[in-house]
Amino acid sequence: MLTRTSLSAVSAALLCIPAFSYAGEWSGYVSGEFRAFANSPTDARQHDNNFSFSAQPEYYTDWDNGQQSFTFVPFVRWDENDDERSHADIRELTWLKAADSWELRAGIRKVFWGVTESQHLVDIINQTDLVEATDGEEKLGQPMVNLALIHDWGTLDLFVLPGFRERTFPGEKGRLRFSPRIDTDQAIYSSDDKEQHIDYAARWAHYLGDWDIGLSYFNGTSRDPRFAFGQDNKGQPVLVPIYDLIKQWGLDLQATLGDWLWKFEAINRSGQVDRSGQSKSYTALTAGFEYTFIGIADSNADLGVISEVLYDERGDDALTPFADDILLASRLTLNDEQSTEFLLGMIFDSDDAARLLTLESSRRFGDNWKITLEGQAFINIPNVSTELLFGIRRDSYLQLEIARYF
Amino acid sequence: MHNFSLKIKHIGLFVLFGLPLLAMAETPEEKGLAIAIEADKRDTGWQDQTASLEMVLRNRHGQESKRIIRTKTLEVDGDGDKALSIFDSPRDIKGTAFLSYTHALVPDEQWLYLPALKRVKRISSNNKSGPFMGSEFSYEDLSSQEVEKYSYKYLRTEEIDGREAFVIERKPAYKYSGYTRLITWLDTEMYQPLKIEFYDRKKALLKTLTYSGYQQYEGQFWRPTNMSVVNHLTKKSTDLHWKDYRFRTGLTDRDFDRNSLKRAR
Repeated sequence: MLTRTSLSAVSAALLCIPAFSYAGEWSGYVSGEFRAFANSPTDARQHDNNFSFSAQPEYYTDWDNGQQSFTFVPFVRWDENDDERSHADIRELTWLKAADSWELRAGIRKVFWGVTESQHLVDIINQTDLVEATDGEEKLGQPMVNLALIHDWGTLDLFVLPGFRERTFPGEKGRLRFSPRIDTDQAIYSSDDKEQHIDYAARWAHYLGDWDIGLSYFNGTSRDPRFAFGQDNKGQPVLVPIYDLIKQWGLDLQATLGDWLWKFEAINRSGQVDRSGQSKSYTALTAGFEYTFIGIADSNADLGVISEVLYDERGDDALTPFADDILLASRLTLNDEQSTEFLLGMIFDSDDAARLLTLESSRRFGDNWKITLEGQAFINIPNVSTELLFGIRRDSYLQLEIARYF
Repeated sequence: MHNFSLKIKHIGLFVLFGLPLLAMAETPEEKGLAIAIEADKRDTGWQDQTASLEMVLRNRHGQESKRIIRTKTLEVDGDGDKALSIFDSPRDIKGTAFLSYTHALVPDEQWLYLPALKRVKRISSNNKSGPFMGSEFSYEDLSSQEVEKYSYKYLRTEEIDGREAFVIERKPAYKYSGYTRLITWLDTEMYQPLKIEFYDRKKALLKTLTYSGYQQYEGQFWRPTNMSVVNHLTKKSTDLHWKDYRFRTGLTDRDFDRNSLKRAR
């Protein structure tokens, strides 16, 4: 899956490990997951309830008084039914050198930008590993060289990103997929260099008192594909992903004022072709707050109330279902020794009755086990094939995951 | 000559009126504050400190769970310290790092790094009274002790576990503090706490913290090996076992910025 240019970034990382490498340290987890679906699938080829196993070990070593380090994080998943979800990836394979006023990283890495909870508009470096989680929070490792310049005026991160990673999509037997399925083997690129196109990005981040601010720019292959109708080699209808070349400016802001967190993210993107086939530059934003009630009912528990507005100028022509929506959510943190947490949220579409209900909860058992219960319910999804969530309208699910950390 | 006589005159006045006035005027509040200033003075100049700590949480049934944390602290002149805590266990939060710029009377600045998401989150710090990592210690118990954080009242001097201690009542000046007052037994030689009783917002005795195994570092700075806190309401307790204290290791502001969070190990 790795391209030649990305391999060169990887070998650069490997070359930097000294031959006398100090004894490193292994950590990580293995995990079993069970998903139960509320309804039978829309497509007879799709499965019902599903088992899956994954593992993510991590190797870390440092030298040069901690100023240089090497990290290797492979990931592997086996899925009972979906061949596309059974996959492996290198999440991290990085050499890092830190100095007084700069940090240099080469290899494969994950980078996160942004502040909001409902969606991550500004976050653009890594491709989404969509077979892992429908919420888009899981990412594929991205080959890069990253220089961070660290000064009084903030941190300026410069990125060269050789080697594009295609988004993963569930296979024909998988649930939580578009209908018809997406055929990643036929992916189309706007750039003649296809997945070899070299992308560039930069970000300035700083904090001033109660304010944290980030300003970013990206020039390269869009991580968000649009789709065209096609046929697979068996003559079945499929959707073919098309990756445009884009330029994107991003701004993220957070004000931390007492028990209030005020959050804002906005992007301006050009080059992305929308669902009407037009390539107009557009603006999208997420804005909202999180307020925390501390020590509710004389306990140690905190209750957070979150609300965010999700807006995309393109409206129905947007590639996202969240063009004009509102998130209401509540986060309960027990602050107990098992780190018990619950997050319950609902995204309301302001145009119709469509609702997306999300539950995330987790609790540690003993010192090494963690149980996670997650679920999503897709409510009142319009039964029209042009609706972006049409393919998953019967895929509401609950997922139990048990992980052993080492 | 003129100057000299002036000085003599002043000293004379001082002897005549000043000394008795001072002795009479040193209220319990002034004496408490003077002791706090002396304790602060004696613990100034360590520049930076690193240590590793095992935290043992025990519930009312005696079941234990452990956390292993490494800490780095930078002394800041005229303000609260900068502190970075890195979690090694429990393993599911390994690599999580917590950065705080502490202040005496205004909320701290705090960031949390979540390694699974590679996300640095600025977090609200009003809540200094919340539990630290599910333990019986709150954030305010573990943050740097600045003189301005409290008002003081000297109560008495008494012996505790074979050591002589000043007993001082402290009232938090910070409005979001979880306590109404703290009674501190401060060792009269080390000027370090031996025991603290915490009274909650309802003025009830909430918990008792005891310190033991003090050792002196760099010929000046006393640090405890063990800190043990018992919550009298929940019957839960937490022990801290400190080791590998190091001072003046050459840490700078750069080791306590948001970039350092992401590579903290």
